[in-house]
Amino acid sequence: MNLPPAAQQALGAFSACSGWEQRARLLMQWGERLEPLSDAERVDEHRVHGCESLVWLVAENQDGIWHFRAGSEARLLRGLLAVLLARVDGLSGDKLAALDLVDWFNQLGLQRQLSPSRSNGLNAVLQRMRELAQES
Amino acid sequence: MSLISPWRADFPGILALEAEGQTYLDSAATAQKPQAVLDALLAYLSSGVANVHRAQHLPGERATRAFEATRSKTAQWLNAASAEEIIFTRGSTESLNLLAYGLEHLLQPGEQIVVSALEHHANLLPWQQLARRRNLELLVLPLDSTGSIDLQQAARLIGPRTRLLAVSQLSNVLGCWQPLSELLSLARTQGALSVVDGAQGAVHGRHDMQALGCDFYVCSSHKLYGPDGVGLLYGRREALGKLQHWQFGGEMVLDADYHEARFRPAPLGFEAGTPAVSAVIALGAALDWLGSQDHLAVSQHEAALHAELLAGLQARDGVRLLGVPQLALASFCVETVHNADLAHLLTEQGIAVRAGHHCAMPLMKGLGLSGAIRVSLGLYNDGEDLQRFFSALDNALELLR
Repeated sequence: MNLPPAAQQALGAFSACSGWEQRARLLMQWGERLEPLSDAERVDEHRVHGCESLVWLVAENQDGIWHFRAGSEARLLRGLLAVLLARVDGLSGDKLAALDLVDWFNQLGLQRQLSPSRSNGLNAVLQRMRELAQES
Repeated sequence: MSLISPWRADFPGILALEAEGQTYLDSAATAQKPQAVLDALLAYLSSGVANVHRAQHLPGERATRAFEATRSKTAQWLNAASAEEIIFTRGSTESLNLLAYGLEHLLQPGEQIVVSALEHHANLLPWQQLARRRNLELLVLPLDSTGSIDLQQAARLIGPRTRLLAVSQLSNVLGCWQPLSELLSLARTQGALSVVDGAQGAVHGRHDMQALGCDFYVCSSHKLYGPDGVGLLYGRREALGKLQHWQFGGEMVLDADYHEARFRPAPLGFEAGTPAVSAVIALGAALDWLGSQDHLAVSQHEAALHAELLAGLQARDGVRLLGVPQLALASFCVETVHNADLAHLLTEQGIAVRAGHHCAMPLMKGLGLSGAIRVSLGLYNDGEDLQRFFSALDNALELLR
């Protein structure tokens, strides 16, 4: 499977991580890479519900290719969103629908962030992406 | 010298979590169980189960006696006038929903239900929805700066149209006792019924229902070191008589025909279907265990832990406590740090605390917060648990700032 370059980079960085501190630092660094959302985009329409932190997901589909941007007020969650977007950005609807995102977080060693008791919003973001992929 | 809990060794769950590297500081959500509760569950389940109140056979009689023994123990625990005043439910939430349906017929459009600004969703939403069904007015008592219900405002707001007052005894977010005797007296003066949410309060100290003088009191077994799936509803005999039946089915009925039926009075009339027999029996064991401990020593230990928790939080820069917690728990947030980030990093370090809105969204909104971290204590926690928490907190803040 050919990973997008950003995803390849994330996989390299996170799989070399040993320990929670390094992983947390890395997540915060990745979070800073997120393309910022404008105030006009941080609105209810783009809000992903089901998260205790505020999370926005802006999805655009151009000629069948998805382009996502996302933001959150929480820094570690921004990092999680960044490594998610690194994997999904630029995919077609079919490819997005077929992608096993849980496995992606497994590969990064971040699977615990998806546990059902978490209310950090990552699950809700994944759910929202699946819905979008099915609509496309 | 570090605070030691002499009760810790009785709780296999807290020891197992410790061995796994987890520091459990979320007892206000649910508590670990003493060995006596595990033993009671196993003893009942392995000695031959039977349904209660139905069968004449020996296993049925044995189960019913054990089940009813818990009702008596609970009545003693709460100093109710009789065991008939105790209804078993699934939890505090169900107890409150039972009340909101059971009392509905007494309320007329335009009358008022009064709650407070710090209520857990369980003691807000059943009343909010009842108010919507019956066109009632829902009044919300404001808090003072310490996190206590403002009595002056309460005296102004509780009036002749108030038919029901429903308030928490101890806030699950702010950790402070509410001025119940004054509030209950305001309700009594207006002839209003009173409901006390004791989900948190019941765990700390003993509460005497006859002295308290409320009409209804609810709490949950699982926070009181007992099994989950069991809640208690205490009702004064006269108040219980006002309840309409709400769930219908097996064993709550006196006489049934195809087109009509007559129902039992409380408590059995409000326990439709098979109850959580094993859990109720094991709750009896939890109450026995609690009853055999030195209450003064427990309170002193809890107070010492709480003082250490507050001192540690206050010693750290930028930590803002919510309200003025008196016992059991403390909620806080840290300037310039998002509580979700802090929660994430505490979790990474094996610290089990609660983050978020704590099922009290309107309260959090009122405080202008999107969430907070809550540390809550059980009698099995010790000074080392707090040291691990503070060291994890320092690590997390160092990373985040």
